[in-house]
Amino acid sequence: MADHSYAHAPRPLGGSLFTPLTLLLGVLAGIAGVILLYRLFYGLGAVTNLNDGYPWGIWIAYDVVVGSAFACGGYAMALLVYIFNKGQYHPLVRPALLASLFGYTLAGASVIFDLGRWWNFWHIFWPGYAQVNSVMFEVAVCISAYIVVMWIEFSPAFLEKWGMKDVRQKLNKVLFFFIALGVLLPSMHQSSLGSLLVIFGEQIHPLWQSGMLLPVIYLMTAILLGFAVVIFEATLSSTGFKRQLETPVLTPLSKVMFGLLAAYVVVRVADLLLRGALGTAFAATWQAFWFWVEMACFVVPLVLLATEQARRSAAKLFVGAVLLMLGGFLLRINGFLVGYMTGEGWHYFPSLAELMVTVGLIAFEILAYIVIVRNYPVLPAAQPVTR
Amino acid sequence: MDRRTFFKASLAGGTALAAGAASCPAQARETHPMPPEAVGLLFDSVLCVGCKACVAACKEANGMPMEFSTKDQYWDTPLDISGKTLNVIKAYRNGKMEAKDREENGFAFIKKSCMHCVDPSCVSACPVSAMKKDAKTGVVTYDKDACIGCRYCVAACPFGVPRFTYDSPTPQISKCQLCIHRHKDGKYAACAEVCPTGATLYGKVSVLREEAQRRLALKPGDKTEFPRGHLRAAEEKALQGAPEGKGEQRRQGWKDDGAQRYPGVAGQYLQHIYGEKEFGGTQMLMLSGVSFQKLGYPDLPPRSDAATSETLQHTLYGGLIAPIAVLGALTFIARRNVKPEDGEGGQNG
Ligand code: SF4
Ligand code: SF4
Ligand code: SF4
Repeated sequence: MADHSYAHAPRPLGGSLFTPLTLLLGVLAGIAGVILLYRLFYGLGAVTNLNDGYPWGIWIAYDVVVGSAFACGGYAMALLVYIFNKGQYHPLVRPALLASLFGYTLAGASVIFDLGRWWNFWHIFWPGYAQVNSVMFEVAVCISAYIVVMWIEFSPAFLEKWGMKDVRQKLNKVLFFFIALGVLLPSMHQSSLGSLLVIFGEQIHPLWQSGMLLPVIYLMTAILLGFAVVIFEATLSSTGFKRQLETPVLTPLSKVMFGLLAAYVVVRVADLLLRGALGTAFAATWQAFWFWVEMACFVVPLVLLATEQARRSAAKLFVGAVLLMLGGFLLRINGFLVGYMTGEGWHYFPSLAELMVTVGLIAFEILAYIVIVRNYPVLPAAQPVTR
Repeated sequence: MDRRTFFKASLAGGTALAAGAASCPAQARETHPMPPEAVGLLFDSVLCVGCKACVAACKEANGMPMEFSTKDQYWDTPLDISGKTLNVIKAYRNGKMEAKDREENGFAFIKKSCMHCVDPSCVSACPVSAMKKDAKTGVVTYDKDACIGCRYCVAACPFGVPRFTYDSPTPQISKCQLCIHRHKDGKYAACAEVCPTGATLYGKVSVLREEAQRRLALKPGDKTEFPRGHLRAAEEKALQGAPEGKGEQRRQGWKDDGAQRYPGVAGQYLQHIYGEKEFGGTQMLMLSGVSFQKLGYPDLPPRSDAATSETLQHTLYGGLIAPIAVLGALTFIARRNVKPEDGEGGQNG
């Protein structure tokens, strides 16, 4: 049995909640709130550039598809720690889970504003309405369930703060089941987010219409993004909260990430070759251009993080993680928007209001993260270097 | 957890996954077949004179609002189907536009409305059963009271048919439902009813297909007759005079006798019935002298995307076998790896 010894158990950070940064974040979130209110009264057309050629804009492609993948840190870490039993990464679990919790909860909440007939949203869960063959049904149910599971998984942090010992102990006895669910559910819906594209058939550019492999490609990149985001967030919160860098634990983590990345690039390229789609990457089109940018974002980290020595460098780790996040972002935006070809004459670029909502949502996420880690035991207590 | 237990657990998970995958051939979903009683439209671009009587009739029959594309808003001038328009006739123009139904230096007319696919993407995509395909007639209907407005159907339809009213705070999908609301009054598709040349015909798909084949077999210039309105099979016509309750048509109370025919001359057709094979078939069939891709209709494979998508979903989630098996394996592993302290912390830190 691997021994989990938690030399640095999580603690509230404390500190002031009112800083220029938190105020800015609050204002951005407020603007988004006003726009969303306006949307409820005047319709989607009043604030978005959506049209019948591009019925889905960034509120789906970014807020949900990319946003939830960026929120896979908790999933990726739970997979590593609890399923592959890598106890040394334990200090990373809680902060990652918290970021995931907000990422997902906000993605779920923001979907409501994108639904034209949002007052009917409960139909998805209602027998008689629910249509189980629909990929969107699976995605919606699974994401909702995961949000609930994550709140349960995370509740020890709150219960601790509130001193509800007995509840916490009872929960601890069954926590393993929720942790298992918390690994299963994202595996299901992160792959299904890719499957959403299957029914679009030839309306998706061949560079992204991978058919039956779409779930594999989206799942692999979701886990990859999960690791990248953990590295990204650990670095940022070390700097932001002036704490010691967590490089010693990030270095072996990046090795796992590197292996998965190598496997992903092989799958992605093999799929393009087998479907005979690679030729279209050499055409003079925007799609081909963005494809190469996307591929570069995956291949450069593959080169950058190839050696153990490179993986010890906090700077290289950070750059690699950012590139991977960009790559995962592009894969999804390319699949859902750039490579979505619905016939001539249709154009879409998000409106300022649409962009401000997305920005506000991200701001709200960061703000909530700051508030929580300052007040609840999430981040590991100031740690001595354990090497 | 030691290596042995880990190995066992992985084995359990792997077996579960393999079992899930092995059940896949049984669940592979084929493209749906055409309902035997399917009804639809036959649109013959060669017969269409571009009068747009069907566009106006469709608006009236479905209570759709006017739509303007000119500065002076004198009359309804939709350029495409939209949240306000379920049916349009579009023009194809090339070069000098000297002859009708010719690709080079010619022009042609084409109808755009729902194809009533045999295996529709919109129905497979809709998460709340707002899009439905009638098991008997095959008509694809929309129920706004069920709809959540997610627009997955808009994005999924390969013909770009479902449209959405983005400008409304209470938006909805707009699409042709083959005028089923008129059936109870003994009427059929308004567009076919008013079409002066029979370019748009209503009827059972099997009957319409025969008529399409008949036209393709004619030589250009041959004298022939064209039916107009509601085309019925011979045996349906025989039932026309039958007493109440005897024949299906009688019961449905079609007011039109379906006997309208006029003499004409066969035009030049491409030997292709669009919608016979495309995408697993559609209940609107089309004939044309100009290639369908030039007229804005995609070149689609015979397998429907709905079949591919549902095969994938059933393989992974059929009977929830695979997810439950994987959950079992994960629970088994997690139970060994999760320490009581995982829920605690804050005490020894
Ligand atoms: S044409 Fe589009 S809207 Fe009509 S049945 Fe087919 S998939 Fe549905
Ligand atoms: S917009 Fe409505 S009809 Fe279309 S897929 Fe969504 S819920 Fe179904
Ligand atoms: S069948 Fe009715 S709704 Fe459909 S295009 Fe014709 S007139 Fe319009």
